[in-house]
Amino acid sequence: MEIPYTVSARPDTGLTNGKLGIWLFLASEVMLFGALFASYIMLRVGGATWPKGAEILNVPLATANTIVLITSSVTMVMAWASLMRNNFSKYRLYMGLTILLGFVFLVIKYFEYSAKFHHGLAPSTNTFLAIYFTMTGLHGLHVIGGMAVNSYFWGPGAKLWRQNPTWFTNRVEHSGLFWHLVDLVWIFLFPTLYLL
Amino acid sequence: MSADHAADIDKHVRAYMMVFGALLALTVVTVAIFYLHLSAPAAIGLALVVATVKGSLVACYFMHLISERKLIYVVLILTVFFFISLLLLPVLTSITDHPGV
Repeated sequence: MEIPYTVSARPDTGLTNGKLGIWLFLASEVMLFGALFASYIMLRVGGATWPKGAEILNVPLATANTIVLITSSVTMVMAWASLMRNNFSKYRLYMGLTILLGFVFLVIKYFEYSAKFHHGLAPSTNTFLAIYFTMTGLHGLHVIGGMAVNSYFWGPGAKLWRQNPTWFTNRVEHSGLFWHLVDLVWIFLFPTLYLL
Repeated sequence: MSADHAADIDKHVRAYMMVFGALLALTVVTVAIFYLHLSAPAAIGLALVVATVKGSLVACYFMHLISERKLIYVVLILTVFFFISLLLLPVLTSITDHPGV
Protein backbone atom coordinates (compact mmCIF):
# COMPACT_ATOMS: atom_id res chain seq x y z
CA MET A 1 0.00 0.00 0.00
CA GLU A 2 1.29 3.40 -0.90
CA ILE A 3 1.41 5.99 1.89
CA PRO A 4 -0.34 9.19 0.75
CA TYR A 5 1.09 12.73 1.01
CA THR A 6 4.72 11.84 1.76
CA VAL A 7 6.12 14.34 -0.73
CA SER A 8 3.36 16.82 -1.51
CA ALA A 9 1.28 18.59 1.14
CA ARG A 10 -2.23 17.39 1.90
CA PRO A 11 -4.55 20.19 0.69
CA ASP A 12 -6.62 20.54 3.88
CA THR A 13 -3.70 20.54 6.36
CA GLY A 14 -1.11 22.18 4.14
CA LEU A 15 1.39 19.58 5.47
CA THR A 16 2.75 16.21 4.50
CA ASN A 17 1.24 13.45 6.65
CA GLY A 18 4.65 12.67 8.14
CA LYS A 19 5.19 16.27 9.28
CA LEU A 20 1.81 16.47 11.03
CA GLY A 21 2.30 12.99 12.50
CA ILE A 22 5.69 13.74 14.03
CA TRP A 23 4.45 17.05 15.52
CA LEU A 24 1.46 15.30 17.13
CA PHE A 25 3.87 12.73 18.55
CA LEU A 26 6.17 15.50 19.85
CA ALA A 27 3.15 17.17 21.50
CA SER A 28 2.46 13.91 23.36
CA GLU A 29 6.15 13.76 24.34
CA VAL A 30 5.93 17.28 25.79
CA MET A 31 3.02 16.11 27.96
CA LEU A 32 4.96 12.98 29.03
CA PHE A 33 7.94 15.02 30.22
CA GLY A 34 5.51 17.68 31.52
CA ALA A 35 4.05 15.10 33.90
CA LEU A 36 7.55 14.36 35.20
CA PHE A 37 8.43 18.05 35.59
CA ALA A 38 5.14 18.53 37.50
CA SER A 39 6.08 15.56 39.71
CA TYR A 40 9.47 17.16 40.34
CA ILE A 41 7.82 20.42 41.43
CA MET A 42 5.39 18.54 43.67
CA LEU A 43 8.18 16.53 45.33
CA ARG A 44 10.33 19.62 45.81
CA VAL A 45 7.56 21.90 47.12
CA GLY A 46 6.17 19.12 49.33
CA GLY A 47 9.50 17.87 50.72
CA ALA A 48 10.67 19.00 54.18
CA THR A 49 14.19 19.44 52.75
CA TRP A 50 15.61 19.37 49.23
CA PRO A 51 19.29 18.74 48.48
CA LYS A 52 21.38 20.93 46.21
CA GLY A 53 21.79 19.00 42.97
CA ALA A 54 25.38 20.17 42.52
CA GLU A 55 26.43 18.62 45.87
CA ILE A 56 25.31 15.17 44.71
CA LEU A 57 25.64 15.33 40.91
CA ASN A 58 28.58 16.06 38.62
CA VAL A 59 28.11 19.54 37.09
CA PRO A 60 31.21 19.51 34.79
CA LEU A 61 30.13 16.19 33.21
CA ALA A 62 26.56 17.45 32.72
CA THR A 63 27.88 20.70 31.19
CA ALA A 64 29.99 18.62 28.79
CA ASN A 65 26.89 16.58 27.91
CA THR A 66 24.91 19.78 27.27
CA ILE A 67 27.56 20.88 24.77
CA VAL A 68 27.58 17.39 23.19
CA LEU A 69 23.80 17.42 22.64
CA ILE A 70 23.73 21.00 21.32
CA THR A 71 26.50 20.11 18.86
CA SER A 72 24.58 16.99 17.80
CA SER A 73 21.52 19.14 17.07
CA VAL A 74 23.67 21.27 14.73
CA THR A 75 25.10 18.22 12.93
CA MET A 76 21.53 16.84 12.62
CA VAL A 77 20.22 19.99 10.97
CA MET A 78 23.33 20.09 8.76
CA ALA A 79 22.57 16.50 7.65
CA TRP A 80 19.15 17.69 6.46
CA ALA A 81 20.65 20.82 4.84
CA SER A 82 23.16 18.60 2.98
CA LEU A 83 20.29 16.60 1.46
CA MET A 84 18.59 19.87 0.47
CA ARG A 85 21.87 20.75 -1.27
CA ASN A 86 21.86 17.37 -3.03
CA ASN A 87 25.10 16.38 -1.30
CA PHE A 88 24.61 12.81 -0.11
CA SER A 89 28.18 12.18 1.08
CA LYS A 90 28.04 15.26 3.35
CA TYR A 91 24.69 13.98 4.65
CA ARG A 92 26.33 10.65 5.57
CA LEU A 93 29.13 12.52 7.37
CA TYR A 94 26.82 14.79 9.41
CA MET A 95 24.36 11.99 10.21
CA GLY A 96 27.27 9.78 11.30
CA LEU A 97 28.54 12.58 13.56
CA THR A 98 25.04 12.98 15.07
CA ILE A 99 24.91 9.27 15.93
CA LEU A 100 28.45 9.39 17.32
CA LEU A 101 27.63 12.41 19.53
CA GLY A 102 24.54 10.56 20.83
CA PHE A 103 26.88 7.72 21.76
CA VAL A 104 29.29 10.12 23.51
CA PHE A 105 26.34 11.50 25.52
CA LEU A 106 25.42 7.97 26.65
CA VAL A 107 29.02 7.11 27.60
CA ILE A 108 29.27 10.25 29.76
CA LYS A 109 25.88 9.40 31.32
CA TYR A 110 27.13 5.87 32.01
CA PHE A 111 30.11 7.26 33.95
CA GLU A 112 27.77 9.53 35.92
CA TYR A 113 25.37 6.70 36.77
CA SER A 114 28.09 4.22 37.71
CA ALA A 115 29.75 6.80 40.02
CA LYS A 116 26.41 7.25 41.80
CA PHE A 117 25.85 3.50 42.21
CA HIS A 118 29.47 3.07 43.35
CA HIS A 119 28.78 5.55 46.18
CA GLY A 120 25.61 3.71 47.13
CA LEU A 121 23.33 6.37 45.63
CA ALA A 122 20.32 4.71 43.99
CA PRO A 123 16.78 5.75 43.02
CA SER A 124 15.58 4.32 46.35
CA THR A 125 17.99 6.51 48.38
CA ASN A 126 15.75 9.60 48.46
CA THR A 127 13.07 11.38 46.41
CA PHE A 128 15.64 13.68 44.76
CA LEU A 129 17.59 10.71 43.35
CA ALA A 130 14.33 8.94 42.47
CA ILE A 131 13.18 11.82 40.25
CA TYR A 132 16.75 12.36 38.94
CA PHE A 133 17.07 8.76 37.76
CA THR A 134 13.51 8.69 36.39
CA MET A 135 13.87 11.88 34.34
CA THR A 136 17.41 11.34 33.08
CA GLY A 137 16.67 7.61 32.51
CA LEU A 138 13.64 8.37 30.35
CA HIS A 139 15.65 11.03 28.53
CA GLY A 140 18.46 8.51 27.96
CA LEU A 141 15.95 6.07 26.45
CA HIS A 142 14.91 8.84 24.06
CA VAL A 143 18.55 9.34 23.06
CA ILE A 144 18.80 5.59 22.31
CA GLY A 145 15.52 5.71 20.32
CA GLY A 146 16.70 8.71 18.30
CA MET A 147 20.04 7.01 17.61
CA ALA A 148 18.23 3.87 16.39
CA VAL A 149 16.12 5.84 13.89
CA ASN A 150 19.09 7.97 12.78
CA SER A 151 21.20 4.81 12.31
CA TYR A 152 18.47 3.37 10.10
CA PHE A 153 18.49 6.50 7.94
CA TRP A 154 22.31 6.48 7.87
CA GLY A 155 22.38 2.83 6.76
CA PRO A 156 19.65 0.69 5.13
CA GLY A 157 16.98 3.43 5.07
CA ALA A 158 19.24 5.64 2.90
CA LYS A 159 18.39 3.48 -0.14
CA LEU A 160 15.28 5.64 -0.45
CA TRP A 161 17.50 8.58 -1.48
CA ARG A 162 18.02 7.06 -4.94
CA GLN A 163 14.34 6.20 -5.47
CA ASN A 164 12.66 9.25 -3.97
CA PRO A 165 15.05 11.95 -2.70
CA THR A 166 12.30 14.37 -1.56
CA TRP A 167 10.61 11.72 0.56
CA PHE A 168 13.95 10.70 2.07
CA THR A 169 14.78 14.35 2.86
CA ASN A 170 11.39 14.74 4.57
CA ARG A 171 11.96 11.60 6.63
CA VAL A 172 15.35 12.86 7.77
CA GLU A 173 13.76 16.21 8.70
CA HIS A 174 11.15 14.40 10.84
CA SER A 175 13.80 12.28 12.52
CA GLY A 176 15.66 15.55 13.19
CA LEU A 177 12.58 17.11 14.81
CA PHE A 178 12.56 14.25 17.32
CA TRP A 179 16.30 14.62 17.94
CA HIS A 180 15.94 18.38 18.57
CA LEU A 181 13.16 17.69 21.10
CA VAL A 182 15.54 15.35 22.93
CA ASP A 183 18.07 18.24 23.01
CA LEU A 184 15.36 20.68 24.13
CA VAL A 185 14.30 18.45 27.05
CA TRP A 186 17.95 18.22 28.20
CA ILE A 187 18.27 22.04 28.05
CA PHE A 188 15.60 22.15 30.80
CA LEU A 189 16.71 19.02 32.69
CA PHE A 190 20.28 20.30 33.13
CA PRO A 191 19.55 23.45 35.22
CA THR A 192 16.53 21.87 36.96
CA LEU A 193 18.36 18.82 38.31
CA TYR A 194 22.00 19.89 38.50
CA LEU A 195 22.04 23.61 39.25
CA LEU A 196 18.92 24.67 41.17
CA MET B 1 18.11 22.72 -7.87
CA SER B 2 17.53 26.40 -8.59
CA ALA B 3 20.00 29.11 -7.59
CA ASP B 4 17.31 30.73 -5.41
CA HIS B 5 16.78 27.49 -3.53
CA ALA B 6 20.52 27.01 -2.94
CA ALA B 7 20.85 30.59 -1.67
CA ASP B 8 17.93 29.94 0.67
CA ILE B 9 19.68 26.92 2.20
CA ASP B 10 22.91 28.93 2.56
CA LYS B 11 20.93 31.50 4.53
CA HIS B 12 19.52 28.74 6.75
CA VAL B 13 22.96 27.30 7.39
CA ARG B 14 24.32 30.73 8.42
CA ALA B 15 21.40 31.04 10.87
CA TYR B 16 22.17 27.55 12.28
CA MET B 17 25.77 28.54 12.97
CA MET B 18 24.69 31.74 14.74
CA VAL B 19 22.18 29.79 16.84
CA PHE B 20 24.94 27.26 17.67
CA GLY B 21 27.17 30.10 18.94
CA ALA B 22 24.29 31.59 20.96
CA LEU B 23 23.46 28.19 22.53
CA LEU B 24 27.07 27.63 23.58
CA ALA B 25 27.29 31.17 25.04
CA LEU B 26 24.00 30.69 26.93
CA THR B 27 25.26 27.36 28.34
CA VAL B 28 28.22 29.28 29.79
CA VAL B 29 25.72 31.84 31.20
CA THR B 30 23.64 29.04 32.80
CA VAL B 31 26.69 27.63 34.59
CA ALA B 32 27.97 31.14 35.48
CA ILE B 33 24.62 31.98 37.17
CA PHE B 34 25.07 28.89 39.32
CA TYR B 35 28.57 29.93 40.45
CA LEU B 36 27.32 33.44 41.39
CA HIS B 37 25.50 31.83 44.37
CA LEU B 38 22.42 34.05 44.06
CA SER B 39 19.39 33.66 46.32
CA ALA B 40 17.20 30.68 45.38
CA PRO B 41 14.30 32.65 43.76
CA ALA B 42 16.72 34.78 41.68
CA ALA B 43 18.80 31.76 40.60
CA ILE B 44 15.69 29.71 39.67
CA GLY B 45 14.10 32.64 37.79
CA LEU B 46 17.27 33.47 35.84
CA ALA B 47 18.08 29.84 35.02
CA LEU B 48 14.56 29.25 33.72
CA VAL B 49 14.65 32.42 31.60
CA VAL B 50 17.98 31.35 30.02
CA ALA B 51 16.70 27.78 29.46
CA THR B 52 13.53 29.15 27.84
CA VAL B 53 15.57 31.36 25.49
CA LYS B 54 17.78 28.36 24.56
CA GLY B 55 14.74 26.13 24.05
CA SER B 56 13.05 28.76 21.88
CA LEU B 57 16.17 29.07 19.69
CA VAL B 58 16.20 25.29 19.14
CA ALA B 59 12.44 25.20 18.41
CA CYS B 60 12.38 28.27 16.13
CA TYR B 61 15.49 27.58 14.05
CA PHE B 62 16.50 23.89 14.24
CA MET B 63 12.85 22.75 14.27
CA HIS B 64 11.86 25.41 11.70
CA LEU B 65 8.99 26.72 13.82
CA ILE B 66 9.77 30.25 12.67
CA SER B 67 8.17 29.43 9.30
CA GLU B 68 5.73 26.59 9.87
CA ARG B 69 2.13 25.91 8.83
CA LYS B 70 -0.79 27.21 10.90
CA LEU B 71 -2.03 23.77 11.93
CA ILE B 72 1.22 23.03 13.73
CA TYR B 73 0.97 26.30 15.69
CA VAL B 74 -2.59 25.33 16.69
CA VAL B 75 -1.39 21.94 17.95
CA LEU B 76 1.49 23.55 19.86
CA ILE B 77 -0.61 26.32 21.44
CA LEU B 78 -2.91 23.61 22.86
CA THR B 79 0.13 21.64 24.06
CA VAL B 80 1.67 24.69 25.77
CA PHE B 81 -1.66 25.46 27.50
CA PHE B 82 -1.95 21.94 28.93
CA PHE B 83 1.78 21.77 29.75
CA ILE B 84 1.59 24.96 31.83
CA SER B 85 -1.64 23.76 33.49
CA LEU B 86 0.17 20.56 34.44
CA LEU B 87 3.08 22.49 35.99
CA LEU B 88 0.66 24.71 37.93
CA LEU B 89 -1.19 21.72 39.43
CA PRO B 90 1.30 21.14 42.29
CA VAL B 91 1.26 24.87 43.10
CA LEU B 92 -2.55 24.88 43.27
CA THR B 93 -2.45 21.80 45.50
CA SER B 94 -0.09 23.51 47.95
CA ILE B 95 -2.45 26.51 48.15
CA THR B 96 -5.45 24.37 49.13
CA ASP B 97 -3.29 22.52 51.69
CA HIS B 98 -3.00 25.71 53.76
CA PRO B 99 -6.29 27.55 53.36
CA GLY B 100 -5.48 29.94 56.21
CA VAL B 101 -2.20 31.21 54.75
